Amino acid sequence: MQSTLVVLVEDKPGVLNRVASLFRRRAYNIESLSVGHTQQPGVSRMTIVVDSTHTNVEMVVQNLYKLVSVIQVHNVTDTPAVMRDLALIKISADGGASRAEIMQIVETFRARVVDVGLKTLMVEVTGTDDKINGLVDVLRPYGIVEMVRTGRVAMARGTGASVGDSAGPEGS
Amino acid sequence: MKKTGAEIVWEMLRREGVEVAFGIPGGAIMHTYHPRQDFGIHHVLMRHEQCAAHAADGYARVSGKVGVAIATSGPGATNLVTGIATAFMDSSPIVCITGQVPSSLIGTDAFQETDITGVTLPVTKHNYLVTDVADLAATIHEAFYIARSGRPGPVLIDLPKDVQIASTEFVVPDEEVNLPGYHPVGAGAPELVKQAAALINKAERPIILAGQGVLMSKAMQELRAFVEKAEIPVALTLLGKGGFPESHPLALGMMGMHGEAYVNQAIQESDLIMAFGMRFDDRVTGKLDLYTPGAQRIHVDADAAELGKIVAVDLPILGDLRQVLQQLIPLVEEKSHPAWIEKIQEWRSDSHRRDILNRPENGHLVAAHFINDIWEATEGQAIVVTDVGQHQMWAAQYYLNDVPYSVVTSGGLGTMGFGLPAAIGAQFGQPDREVWMIAGDGGFQMTMHDLATVVQEKLPIRIALANNNCLGMVRQWQEFFYEKRYESTILLNPDFVKLVEAYGIPAWRATTRSEARNAIAQARKVDGPSFVEFQIAKEGEDGNVYPMVPAGAALHDMIRRSHPASDEE
Ligand SMILES: Cc1ncc(C[n+]2csc(CCOP(=O)(O)OP(=O)(O)O)c2C)c(N)n1
Repeated sequence: MQSTLVVLVEDKPGVLNRVASLFRRRAYNIESLSVGHTQQPGVSRMTIVVDSTHTNVEMVVQNLYKLVSVIQVHNVTDTPAVMRDLALIKISADGGASRAEIMQIVETFRARVVDVGLKTLMVEVTGTDDKINGLVDVLRPYGIVEMVRTGRVAMARGTGASVGDSAGPEGS
Repeated sequence: MKKTGAEIVWEMLRREGVEVAFGIPGGAIMHTYHPRQDFGIHHVLMRHEQCAAHAADGYARVSGKVGVAIATSGPGATNLVTGIATAFMDSSPIVCITGQVPSSLIGTDAFQETDITGVTLPVTKHNYLVTDVADLAATIHEAFYIARSGRPGPVLIDLPKDVQIASTEFVVPDEEVNLPGYHPVGAGAPELVKQAAALINKAERPIILAGQGVLMSKAMQELRAFVEKAEIPVALTLLGKGGFPESHPLALGMMGMHGEAYVNQAIQESDLIMAFGMRFDDRVTGKLDLYTPGAQRIHVDADAAELGKIVAVDLPILGDLRQVLQQLIPLVEEKSHPAWIEKIQEWRSDSHRRDILNRPENGHLVAAHFINDIWEATEGQAIVVTDVGQHQMWAAQYYLNDVPYSVVTSGGLGTMGFGLPAAIGAQFGQPDREVWMIAGDGGFQMTMHDLATVVQEKLPIRIALANNNCLGMVRQWQEFFYEKRYESTILLNPDFVKLVEAYGIPAWRATTRSEARNAIAQARKVDGPSFVEFQIAKEGEDGNVYPMVPAGAALHDMIRRSHPASDEE
């Protein structure tokens, strides 16, 4: 089981280190973590995927709140939310036949070929974990030369914001 | 007006109400030290930075103010770490200021460069590396606010040398600190408080587990009013001592691994535990699966991350204990629990008869004797600072305490060497009170170099050394659980009396009860520091801490001192 946390933090040096240090110190299992800017200057947004089979997610939330630089935490696991991961996959493709097949698979998965080399193709795909895993499984027989994934980002559906429109639980 | 970074440090410390700071200078912080005298803040020159942090901690624990420790970069800063970790585990508010190499050299492995904000990340409540002198005043103000508010803790400020030297227009920071992600708690959720009152009103065998949170939220009066209205007995954690008077008829005493057997029995037999500002440390629960099997559990704490961390609770209430008690008091019924109180009384009298103080003396001096004698001589009014080990448990058991903020001990981290430097801080925090520091011969030797500080500052600290010529607590475990193989626990000690006299401190050695009483009386007459070495039994019934919950056993499943009836067989 996995849980997805959206975390707003102050955009200050060392904040990522504070969060990572917390996970290490408390032996929480982290599946992925991505971080980037938001619409608000001075505020960064992390999406943290936690292995909730081995980790008490409520404790993760409360401990994140103990970090002074953490502004808000929202567990979006059970709320309707869009969750996306992006992958770049380089596949070996020398012969004509395999190239065509790969192009077709890419099409079916609504992915894109973003680079064509003499012996390789690079595919970009965005989607849920399941979709990306599915594509990777199908492409593996052709020979994956290299792959990189961004880790999950998430946003709640609807008019409200995933975080930021209500005060989080109080805690110190 | 323009001020240098160094001047801003002292100006801000003064504005935060700091009267004394503990530290040791060095290349990366001497610039900050330089203007100190102009700001009227006393500086205590310690003999080790670990001791500076412990002194700041001891000061904070007895005064309720924030303690301050100062160190240079590199080794000065890393020496603070044990002291910071100790304060962190016991939620003690201290601010540590460290020098750092100039900003331009950070990251180059410059002379005496250590990434101290990185090193202390997991043992501070928060920390800062200040890179612009314009941020310094606000950072210091924020650091003090974070250290003392909510669940208190240590905060570290790392100051590169160029920031100390640079000047800026000094602007007094706004009193109110605005941190978007930091909100100390207030009252409890009224609905939960109501439910708690309902549980309390119908409980037949309720018990309160009072921790240091009582002292931190200054809830002593409220706790007493609550306890007296609902007639509920109170068990204390080690750090909870002082939160409720131990002479009160409803005070049970200390719980846990070396708590009194009747206290642990009462906890295990209760039908409702109310944990007030404590955190279910493994030293107070025993085996978790067997903990309070028949009890419902209410837990009130100011830290949301403590609720449900160790034991499942039926009613977790996030809030400031004092405010929650104020909410609860009108909702609980005036009640008495005569059958429950009597049951506990029975268990208590059994414990009483096993107590070594109530057994005939066999000529051996035991720790219980001399601690009891200090307690009698000081009428229970002294501040007692301990080190870590057997003597720490004996001090908790035999120095009964009614006065809040008068017990200073390293509970969470169990740091040997804490005692002497913490006593230095405590004496500064309460200059008019009598401070007794009780240490074992092992831990005393970890920080005894700071006797020089005691003398230099003319502090009238009374030092009691419980000398059993071994690392007693570890040796006790070896006696009980490791076939009496005293592996690496036997100490060949110096002549402590001579050693202490070399520092200019009057010293006595006591080997019998009457010598002990006499030495205590003599030591108390000295104008300035004094020292008594008590030669105590090393092993067996005279040399072990009883009772004891062995590791992995249920809380009531204790190793106990034999019952006097068994002597007669
Ligand atoms: C810094 C540190 N090192 C080691 C320990 C482990 N330890 C706990 S109690 C103890 C023995 C303490 O001996 P002593 O100071 O003589 O006190 P006693 O138990 O004899 O009263 C030791 C080594 C510790 N708590 N702290």
